[in-house]
Amino acid sequence: MATSSTVSRRDFLKLAAGGFAAGSVMALVDVEPARVHAQTLKIAGARDVPSICPYCGVGCGTLISMRAGQIVNIEGNPDHPINRGALCSKGAATFQLVVNSLRQTRALYRRPGGTNWEPIDLEQAMDMIAERVKRTRDETFVEFVSMQNADGKMTRKRVYHTPAIFSLGGATMDNEWNYVHAKLLRGLGIIAIENQARLCHSSTVPALGASFGRGGATTFEQDLQHADTVLIMGSNMAECHPMAFRWVMQAKARGGTIIHVDPRFTRTSAQANIYSPLRAGTDIVYLGALINYVITSHRWNNEPFFKEYVVNYTNAPMLINATYRGPDDLDGLFQGFDPETRRYNSDSWAYQTVNNRPLQDRTLQNPQTVFQILKRHYARYTPELVEQVCGVPRSTFLRVAEALLAGSGPEHTSVICYAMGWTQHTTGVQLIRTAAILQLLLGNIGRPGGGIMALRGHATVQGSSDIATLYNIHPGYLNTPSVLKNHETLSDYIATETTPTSFWVNFPKFIVSQLKAWYGDAATPENEFGYQWLPRITGDHSHMPTFVAMAQGNIHGMFVMGQNPAVAGQNAGFQRKALGQLKWMVVRDLYETETASFWKDSPEVTSGELRPQDIQTEVFFLPAAAIAEMEGSFTNTHRLIQWHEKAVDPPGDARSDLWFTVHLGLRLKQLYQGSTAARDQGFLSLTWDYLDPTENDHWRIKDEPSARRVLQEINGYTWSDRQLLTGFTALKDDGSTACGAWIYSGVYAPTETHPGGENRSARRKADNWLSLDWGFAWPANRRILYNRASADPAGNPWPKEQRLAQLFGTGHHRGYVYWDATADAGTDSQGNPIQGKWVGVDIPDFPVTKNPLATAKTDGVGLDFHDGASPFIMKADGKGWLFAPRGVVDGPLPAHYEPYESPVPNLVYPQQQNPLAKVWETADTLAPVSSSAYPHILSTYRLAEHHLSGVMTRWLPWLAQLQPELFVEISPEMAHELNIRNTDKVRISTPRGSIVAKALVTRRLRPYVINGQHIHHVGLPWHWGYKGIAVSDVANDLSAMVGDPNASIHEAKVFVCNVTRA
Amino acid sequence: MTETMGMFIDTSLCIGCKACEVACHQWNSLPANLAEQPCADSPGQTYPMTGNSYDNTGTLSAENWRHVRFIEQSELPDRSDLRWLMMSDGCKHCVNASCEQVCPTGAIIRTEFGSTYIQEQVCTGCRDCVAACPFGVIHVHETADHRQGTARKCTFCYDRLQHGLQPACAQTCPTSAIRFGSINELRAYAHQRLAELQHAGELRARLYGADESILGGLHSFYLLLDSPVTYGLPDNPKAAAQTVIPSSLFSIGGAIVMGLASLLAFRRRRMEQNAALADA
Repeated sequence: MATSSTVSRRDFLKLAAGGFAAGSVMALVDVEPARVHAQTLKIAGARDVPSICPYCGVGCGTLISMRAGQIVNIEGNPDHPINRGALCSKGAATFQLVVNSLRQTRALYRRPGGTNWEPIDLEQAMDMIAERVKRTRDETFVEFVSMQNADGKMTRKRVYHTPAIFSLGGATMDNEWNYVHAKLLRGLGIIAIENQARLCHSSTVPALGASFGRGGATTFEQDLQHADTVLIMGSNMAECHPMAFRWVMQAKARGGTIIHVDPRFTRTSAQANIYSPLRAGTDIVYLGALINYVITSHRWNNEPFFKEYVVNYTNAPMLINATYRGPDDLDGLFQGFDPETRRYNSDSWAYQTVNNRPLQDRTLQNPQTVFQILKRHYARYTPELVEQVCGVPRSTFLRVAEALLAGSGPEHTSVICYAMGWTQHTTGVQLIRTAAILQLLLGNIGRPGGGIMALRGHATVQGSSDIATLYNIHPGYLNTPSVLKNHETLSDYIATETTPTSFWVNFPKFIVSQLKAWYGDAATPENEFGYQWLPRITGDHSHMPTFVAMAQGNIHGMFVMGQNPAVAGQNAGFQRKALGQLKWMVVRDLYETETASFWKDSPEVTSGELRPQDIQTEVFFLPAAAIAEMEGSFTNTHRLIQWHEKAVDPPGDARSDLWFTVHLGLRLKQLYQGSTAARDQGFLSLTWDYLDPTENDHWRIKDEPSARRVLQEINGYTWSDRQLLTGFTALKDDGSTACGAWIYSGVYAPTETHPGGENRSARRKADNWLSLDWGFAWPANRRILYNRASADPAGNPWPKEQRLAQLFGTGHHRGYVYWDATADAGTDSQGNPIQGKWVGVDIPDFPVTKNPLATAKTDGVGLDFHDGASPFIMKADGKGWLFAPRGVVDGPLPAHYEPYESPVPNLVYPQQQNPLAKVWETADTLAPVSSSAYPHILSTYRLAEHHLSGVMTRWLPWLAQLQPELFVEISPEMAHELNIRNTDKVRISTPRGSIVAKALVTRRLRPYVINGQHIHHVGLPWHWGYKGIAVSDVANDLSAMVGDPNASIHEAKVFVCNVTRA
Repeated sequence: MTETMGMFIDTSLCIGCKACEVACHQWNSLPANLAEQPCADSPGQTYPMTGNSYDNTGTLSAENWRHVRFIEQSELPDRSDLRWLMMSDGCKHCVNASCEQVCPTGAIIRTEFGSTYIQEQVCTGCRDCVAACPFGVIHVHETADHRQGTARKCTFCYDRLQHGLQPACAQTCPTSAIRFGSINELRAYAHQRLAELQHAGELRARLYGADESILGGLHSFYLLLDSPVTYGLPDNPKAAAQTVIPSSLFSIGGAIVMGLASLLAFRRRRMEQNAALADA
């Protein structure tokens, strides 16, 4: 359509600048019928403050309109490259999230055994919290543990940690808070640090990391428009990420094919060209059959592109040890299984090597090549098996397979979008791995319109993984020091963690610079830069096992920061009861959450099972600042770091999260001042210089810490003269640079316009494609990762890339990223001119002057070990991993296992469940296979109108009215069998709990026929709890604490239940 | 140069996220439709779910100026014909607008953009327009102290239009299912979209209100994927002549009856409402 007459905010701003008034509109429009009745505009003359939507991970831009110190409007920012002024229902309600009389704005205190909240002075509450942290730490600090070595001998190992304090939450907070909070906790020796990422995309990190080298989405949202085929599976994208789905709709408008594979027909299915059902938890069968279809197809075997991509860019030609055996030979297990420990010894999965270099057969014919092993492995994954196991008509599956193959090749690319439908399984990592294998085989990684889009559900759940409130990673995906590995000294740690034949060769620079950022002048080469002060982990300290430890009385204190485990926790009744075993708990949130009030309002209390008087947990509720009331950055689902500005002071006692952690740290520093105990020296040395009062001149709250300073520390600077670093290539391993998180380095770099350092996350210049000047994407502002693969092995762009560059580029480039042999690349260290470099519309994810035809150096270190056709620079061999010799604990290739609770036996292998699955339930809280008491499959999921556990939506009248109460979606066939009518109350039960919901009878749900057996599938959105406006039972009272062995993520997407009329 | 503005609702692009409903509430400071509004002592309370697919708004009202309808269709046992239709509904801003014609005080005017607009300070709350609207769009708002208020409906964001902004619902729509612009250009675009969809096999697709055949044309017009009745729209709505209003109340058709029924039901519910949160 002609956009010339479509008015937008942009036009408005332009016109307003010219002194535009209502009367002058008349010239533009038909004034024939009536007089102009001049209207006043509530945002006329308002100051627009750019911000970011605080809900999901899409990262939409908003404008907060301020007039006379009040927020008068919040709407989409028309200049934003992702949402272009639009917002979904949640984003459009941000005004009511912030301006809401139900917000808690007073600090509250609940004494042990108390029956009511009591108001408390904020400063007093902070003093009391600091005192409790110190007391618990001092009482429970462990310096050394005795452990059995491999040779059976007991040794004394340094741990320097306190296991009794738990911090939960971070995905809704700013990056700066995540970084500082994790730094404070680790500085104190606290190890149980977790956030929503554990339950969200923790399985994505090892899956994409093992396959490609990095654990983030490989592409960016706006580029979805260039996909020829979009496969959405494990995601209800239109529902949960509506603004990202806009770009899928653009692909459709351009003639692309949209495929949705899902157990339910959803808002996403309604827009798909092809909808395919599948039984929940059988995705590996479906994807495995797609792999099998692709590599046995005529096109894949005859179109040279596919072999060229796969032989050069993946590990398909590598030879695996001759001793390797897979599930075909071992009843569903891989070689190396130890039934006692339920672990694999992965030695036999390794490459055959000579001089550390894998042997290859580039014809792919050798039976020990990765390709041949893969081909044999997936041979049994046929359309017939899909029909039998997934309950999908063969014809539907074949349409999907054909569309995916047709949408891939030199002229085409296909993208896969997924979310919790894949991550939340006991096979979550393997499931995502299957998609990675498929995309590598189709030649879709590293290319525009291709890739894998991991859709994340919180505003900065990517950031809270990156820099990092997770127990097992330090900022920048550096593994937490552990007594279970050889991490005794800094040298041991570096030797264990460094991959010398990849970009990870720089690991020593990353860790030493981080230690320097944390311990400052006290970090010296003599004391291993303070490495020995870091707490060691001793096992799995993730969300679920920590709640088990809490229930056993082993966790004394807890911080709950913007997370709500009383609703969002698995087996939530268990987790709520565990909260009652804490000595103290601090909850920070906008509203009085279910977690904050578990001691008085939980079902356990209202039913009389527990009495508040008997719950000895001391609770502090501290009101949090909302998005408009603080500045800081979020990292969105495609690694884009974006700054949001402060528009107004928070009300009453509400403070930013950064304020809380920085001032808690200052209080603790005071409490420990003068201590000579060895265990306190690290904390006393922790750098903690985040106050810059000059930034607060215009605000009521004068002691707000500087988020900019934190971001500068994350970016890194030279230690001696505090010069901000240009990026991670400037890092040193000698203590001369400090850098909080190497992957974010460059976000606050000196630029031409700002030689002293520019906050690049606050850059706001968009274009119609990559928008490189909008925000900063890690690493190094690259938008598509592994983009070396957007050119052929010789460095020439593939045909699709040529076409896109012509249509959407600035006209300077003939591909996405490609080798320009004639380009002037400056001079080398001797001053000789260098010719030839990688150029294109994106930042090359490759050494810029490395010739595509360069040969690998025999004894090369780092990227010199790779040849010029190795796009995966973080991998030891530079290749995308179809077969994962290491990095995935439950097998080098994905194989189908049934969900931990399943109504049917595994029809693919004799092994029923993931043999390594983590289980924190007992036998009596899990249903056996084919249980007659719990015959139906249940999936939990989200709705567009609510956000996660509902804290940011159920208190908002505009959203509460749209989805007012819990419902369970069931098919008419099931409703008929159970004599249930639409809106009837039904009881849903699992071995963990029993809840009541209204029935929503719909043909969008269907019964599945699995191996001749009829199986009903019910769906349960999980947003409700016992607080707020929209109140209902807690869906997670039903879910189970079982998880993926790699990531400890739970299995929310499939378990079994019973349904009866209530 | 003169130009009339319009809104094109392309239901084939609607994902039913209800952003339009929320943006409308936000911009126009409309309270939510709750059984009990939040107050100092109570967080408030929602009405029960309707059970009508994902629609819990139910109908246009004095507080809900936009309403997303959800229609689930499937006849075949294997569900291969399954469709889930969604449509964002609101005031049509008819060229021959009954509301404007019957308004005894001249409170309803035609704006310079071609839209209809109720001047609240002139409206007496007589309800003639409520009865006259063939789409059940207009409702009389009740004030916080339970007195009868004025007639209310979508303003086409008159204030925003005058200041060069598009209506809040159109701006917020994630998939551009609501487009705003010159009505002539929108109509041309709508015909192009229709041709595309028909070419893609959407044989029941049609335009509604894109020409003069319906009430002289609708400034807010639709691309539907099925018959109007499927979406709760009258096939051939008739304008009510000013003189026949009293007698036509009971004969004008289902839309009005439904509109009134919901109005009455709504009035009862509102009796217990407290001050509107949105004004806070």
